[in-house]
Amino acid sequence: MTIAIPRDAIAARLAEVGYVADRELATALWMMDYLQRPLLLEGEAGVGKTEVAKALAAVHGAELIRMQCYEGLDASSSLYEWNYQRQLIAIKAREFSSESAEAIEAHIFSEHYLLERPLLAAIRRVKPPVLLIDEVDRADEEFEAFLLELLSDFQVTIPEFGTVKAVSIPRVVLTSNGTRELSDALRRRCLYHYLDFPEVDREAAILINRQPGLDAAFALQIARMVAGLRKEELRKTPGVAESLDWAATLAGLGVSDLTAEPEIVHATLIAMLKTREDRVRVTPEVTARLAGKAA
Amino acid sequence: MSAALAEYPVGPGPAMRRRLSGFVRTLRDSGYAAGQAETVDAARIIACPLADRPERLREALKALFATSRAEAERFDEVFDAFWRGRGARTATRTATSGGAEGADRRFGAGPGGGDVSAPEPLRAPAPEGVEGEGRGRERGASTFDSISKKDFAKLTGESERAAAHELAERLARAMRARLTRRERARAKGRRLDLRATIRRSVARGGEPIDLKFRQRKSKPLRLVALLDASGSMELYVSVFTRFLHAISQTFRQSEAYLFHTRLAHVSAALREPHPPRALDRLSLMAAGVGGGTKIGDCLAEFNRAHAKRALNSRSCVMIFSDGYDTGEPERLAAAMRDLRRRCRRIVWLDPLTGREGFQPIARGLLAAMPYIDLFAPAHDLASLAALEPYLARL
Repeated sequence: MTIAIPRDAIAARLAEVGYVADRELATALWMMDYLQRPLLLEGEAGVGKTEVAKALAAVHGAELIRMQCYEGLDASSSLYEWNYQRQLIAIKAREFSSESAEAIEAHIFSEHYLLERPLLAAIRRVKPPVLLIDEVDRADEEFEAFLLELLSDFQVTIPEFGTVKAVSIPRVVLTSNGTRELSDALRRRCLYHYLDFPEVDREAAILINRQPGLDAAFALQIARMVAGLRKEELRKTPGVAESLDWAATLAGLGVSDLTAEPEIVHATLIAMLKTREDRVRVTPEVTARLAGKAA
Repeated sequence: MSAALAEYPVGPGPAMRRRLSGFVRTLRDSGYAAGQAETVDAARIIACPLADRPERLREALKALFATSRAEAERFDEVFDAFWRGRGARTATRTATSGGAEGADRRFGAGPGGGDVSAPEPLRAPAPEGVEGEGRGRERGASTFDSISKKDFAKLTGESERAAAHELAERLARAMRARLTRRERARAKGRRLDLRATIRRSVARGGEPIDLKFRQRKSKPLRLVALLDASGSMELYVSVFTRFLHAISQTFRQSEAYLFHTRLAHVSAALREPHPPRALDRLSLMAAGVGGGTKIGDCLAEFNRAHAKRALNSRSCVMIFSDGYDTGEPERLAAAMRDLRRRCRRIVWLDPLTGREGFQPIARGLLAAMPYIDLFAPAHDLASLAALEPYLARL
């Protein structure tokens, strides 16, 4: 069993690798290790779900194995596949040799011809990796059931090869955007954390953490402005990545006060507003109002 | 449980275990799906010195027991009520028992809120269409003629109403069965799957004898129902609710909303398998009926808050409404236009079409008409059944 790191230590170490976590998330990450259960993260696009897994891998110095889910994802592209082309070549090459059929068969269904896909890779590493199963709601329901089986047994049976048991239990993070309701069984198997947009203080801390040299007071201004923007009825609510982009843009242009340069502030909002409707909705007046409130 | 706890020398004492199982019971009463595995893990957390402070314990147990955002949000309340003694159980109990009366009144459940059991004449024929052939419906329809062709508003007496409810439920289930069968019959591929064919040929020494095909998997139809629960729909709401209940039970990817002056997401209530209990929960959510219908506002609210999650390119939106709108027609038209862009089909089901001399002249209906793909009657069971071929073609 891996040694669980206490919650506060996890938060501190996450901050070191550039992720500012709130208390509940730190608790959930600690429990992941303690109970050896996967963690299901839900939240809107752009709140930093994927970042959690990356940061977790950095904290433990572990490899991050990422599996992006999509509709039609099946076992052969997620678990393993035989390298058929090479198998065929091997068969053809041995056509006139004196080897027995059994020997050829044993040869072509050996480790050498096995293509590892993310799920198999994750359970065959000596040092437990972080397995990120991204946007699990995009995969089909059948795949979800298959995943559930893997997550409870941590072993895989390959008919031609035998059963592969997990060498080490990976830390599993699943993310979901809520495009489809996940099954109760999967939800119950996992620890659950709902990731919200960060509150103003935490967002400012994230900005400072990722953008060294950013003035603390200005970071707070930006965070307040972003929070104001998120309250507007936008089609696409800007995420943390967007606010980081925007802060970098403003810093690059030498802006240090949102109210000082209204035109630049409004023009650079293209880093935040990514549909035409939102762009039209946030007029220069709206920008000025929000900036005034944030300052 | 004891086996798992044995690894932890400082496991919780018997008093604490009793307290914990009490907490798990409270959680279950409050709708959390807390199983044995979770209880064992909760005991491990309590035993862990790292979770010594109450707020840490709360956070930890929240991550363990909550399985959705809504559950996570109300967890603190349940936790505090139990561990800090504020009587959560009494609170949940009163809420449900209070709801039962409401359900009787609004949704016309059986007397005393008990099971709505089918009366004798309906028991005899097989559940129509569930395991029958394609023609089952016609046969069934003639058997059930008396009720299936009767306007919902003219159903008299408990037994007739209960029979209609039961039929509505069967109808929804039968729809599902037929829709899936139709998909299976088309399971012949078009494109050759070269990779899989080569993979198969390995067993034949490299000769591609077994050909493998690919076919684009047809996504299951997603039904999104929006039910008008305003005063003018009163006579129809109960039977439509029952119909939606069965749809929610059988179509996994379905969502249901109720609207009058505001919009309520009721899918969770409808997933409750026991019909009377589902109606209980629904009636609580539908509280505050009266004061006109704001169809436009409610649809706009749906577009803003729910559409992104609930709709995809395979979605069929069913609106059950008589179109009597007290809001601005322009607002309704704008909301319908927006909705039209986001889904595959909009079906508008109007229960008033069964009335003599019916003309689609309700203000809201006229505003919405340009964006409706199918305007269909929904005043009796036969008209609901007629929907199925349309849905199957989607």
